[in-house]
Amino acid sequence: MCGLAVVGLLGLIVYQLIVGSGLSWHAFGWKFFGQSEWNPVEDQYGALPFIYGTLVSSLLSLVIAVPLSVGVAVFITEMCPVKLRGLLSFTTELLAAIPSVVYGLWAIFVLVPILREYIQPFLAKTLGWTTLFSGPPYGIGMLAAGIILAIMIIPIISSITREVLVVVPQHQREAVLALGSTRWEMIRLGVLRNARAGIVGGIILGLGRALGETMAVTMVIGNRPEIAKSLFAPGYTMASVLANEFTEATGDLYLSALIEIGLALFLVTIVVNALARLMVWSVTRGQPARSAV
Amino acid sequence: MGVGIKVERLNAFYGKTQALFDINLTVLANHATALIGPSGCGKSTFIRCLNRMHETIPEARVEGTVHIGDLSVYNGTSATQLRRRVGMVFQKPNPFPTMSIYENVAAGLKLNGFRNRKQLDEIVEKSLRNSALFDEVKDSLHKKSGASLSGGQQQRLCIARALAVQPEVLLMDEPCSALDPISTGKIEELIFQLKEQYTIVIVTHNMQQAARVAEFTGFFLLGKMIEFDKTEKVFTNPSDKRTEDYVTGRFG
Amino acid sequence: MSGTNLNSEAIIIPPISWRRRATDRLMTCVAVLTVVLVLLPLFAIFAYLVYRGIGSINFAFLTQTPKPVGEPGGGMANAIVGSGVILAIASLLGVPLGIGAGVFLSEYGRNRYGDAVRFVSDVLNGVPSIVIGIVAYGLVVMRQKHFSALAGGVALAIMMVPTIARTTEQMLLLVPQAIREAAFGLGVSRWRTTLSITLRTATSGVITGVMLAFARVAGETAPLLFTAFGNQFWNWKTDQPTAALSLQIFTYAISPFDEWHRQAWAGALVLIVLIVSAVAAVRLVVRHGRLAGA
Repeated sequence: MCGLAVVGLLGLIVYQLIVGSGLSWHAFGWKFFGQSEWNPVEDQYGALPFIYGTLVSSLLSLVIAVPLSVGVAVFITEMCPVKLRGLLSFTTELLAAIPSVVYGLWAIFVLVPILREYIQPFLAKTLGWTTLFSGPPYGIGMLAAGIILAIMIIPIISSITREVLVVVPQHQREAVLALGSTRWEMIRLGVLRNARAGIVGGIILGLGRALGETMAVTMVIGNRPEIAKSLFAPGYTMASVLANEFTEATGDLYLSALIEIGLALFLVTIVVNALARLMVWSVTRGQPARSAV
Repeated sequence: MGVGIKVERLNAFYGKTQALFDINLTVLANHATALIGPSGCGKSTFIRCLNRMHETIPEARVEGTVHIGDLSVYNGTSATQLRRRVGMVFQKPNPFPTMSIYENVAAGLKLNGFRNRKQLDEIVEKSLRNSALFDEVKDSLHKKSGASLSGGQQQRLCIARALAVQPEVLLMDEPCSALDPISTGKIEELIFQLKEQYTIVIVTHNMQQAARVAEFTGFFLLGKMIEFDKTEKVFTNPSDKRTEDYVTGRFG
Repeated sequence: MSGTNLNSEAIIIPPISWRRRATDRLMTCVAVLTVVLVLLPLFAIFAYLVYRGIGSINFAFLTQTPKPVGEPGGGMANAIVGSGVILAIASLLGVPLGIGAGVFLSEYGRNRYGDAVRFVSDVLNGVPSIVIGIVAYGLVVMRQKHFSALAGGVALAIMMVPTIARTTEQMLLLVPQAIREAAFGLGVSRWRTTLSITLRTATSGVITGVMLAFARVAGETAPLLFTAFGNQFWNWKTDQPTAALSLQIFTYAISPFDEWHRQAWAGALVLIVLIVSAVAAVRLVVRHGRLAGA
């Protein structure tokens, strides 16, 4: 009967979200997701800036996190002396234990100043011609959000990648070596290539986590519901607008619009996570995927 | 053309355990040499010392010298260089599952920088012919994955893959133990043919196979080589009593 | 079955090019670099926590409630206690439900129903914590017309259930079937076997799973934003807005006051220390318990 309760829980969540967003749905329909004006004063709600912010910050975090996570995983499973393995995997797991608000705290007072004083001016000077790095270097903004998100999803991607790398049979590695290959070639052809599907699954799982991450992002993204091309600009994500404005929501339509954003976030993360689990499962063949925090 | 192998005073260790004791033997070029012996006697360890594959196990150590042709295996050649000239076929067929048949055979060539499509096509076809697989797969070279073949075909694919990089020596570690009798027969026929061009060392559990395929046979027991001689002599008139016991089935 | 002699063709494979060797060495360096880059923020965060926080943790901090803006001093005592209360409620609700679900999955769930529940549990695990906050808001806050520790507890409980269910299931599956069969052979009913024997054998593993879930929700802030809501004063009732450590850190961090920033660092350090010590304490108790009972 406890099993039913679990299913019931999910049903409850869906029910609550759908009921809550009903008002907003009736008012705006599909256009809700295409409009970019977010004006509580005039009761005009468009979710586009938040969708944009969520997508861009998450994708940016993937771009940063994936090479780092895969690199760490490859190092731990293929290159590192056996004695160090436990220590290194433990320390990377530690990153997962830090609460989101602590990440946010550190980001505000340490990461953002570094961005503002050193990194952003440097990027503007060298890569400013791509319009990605233009505008005043506030420090706070999309870039900060992307970086802190990247740090937060590295443990997930890295631990899943490690799992799928370890599962690759030893005889595949030997087959490549016996042809006369360097160690990197052996890793590339005999290990990474075989673990492709699982690694992608891990990446998608990391994406799922990044999409729903709230506190750290809220603290550094600038909370401005605008769509801007530059990564220096402030933005707003779906999770952040919920965090900031839910308790301030005056009026039923306002609240309902927020809940509708919550519903959209819910659906997106479910689809992404389901996809990811499928891919990882297909490689590790049904061994229960550890829920890496 | 194949080259000869000369092993002098080879001792192998895994950490503190010694696996091979003072092995001395000479393998003649363009002949097949079989290594027999009961489980755990060190024959697999020995053959893996010839192309330094034992180094994949941490804490593995070797003393002594091995010469393959003019190459000194442990002194001055990189393992990568060595393995290009010494091919290996493993007990369990291990084609690359994410690559097509063509890509499997071409894998070693591509690693070495071969890009010329025409050359690759030629070598792939020749290697597949040399391993008696070409006729069976010529229509699906690019369509089927390496892992979609039967066990016997997979092993022949692995042989083709090893041959494609033009080694001088071919090491085979119980290549037929995971295969059915018909596939085994096909591969034994293959070894007969390959002998003319390569030097073959084959580890086998199956004494009849050694008798069928190899001109020379070495008998291993507990990490030592007890006897090494012409196959005929080892099986019909062995010099050592232990060899005789093993060959007549008194143990093993 | 004749083949042409490959070696007679003049195809010579060149020796290992320096490029391949260089690539190999380069990739090793790249891999080491990634490890360094990943460990860097870890150390930086812990270092800053200690550096900025340790100075502000004093007796006053741990026993006082926040002072009004502008006045120096004050502490987070109410937040620390509030977090404790909320977590206690969450555990009371979530742990039994989670263990029950885990038991169901391992003992009665090796079939399609079990798969469905397992799938749902995994899905629940991936729901963003802020969405769970919304749900708890609808379930509790709207009904009661006020924020409360209870609502916060409900939200965190929902988050604990999937983790506890999965780890409980895994631990129970590790118990050898022989032990269950021994009990059946003695005539013990199925559910009694599960409760008294199977579960007891897997106790330490199950507790570890509970600790994992606990540590994960202890630092959560988002679901508390509109359930517990936070409070500047002491609150001992479970049906009033309650302060929580993570909420307080958030509020202080985004404020414009230096004094509050200082306290935010201290709060963060306290939070981490509390989480780590709670986990360590349970580990110790479990180990002792096993030795005593074994």
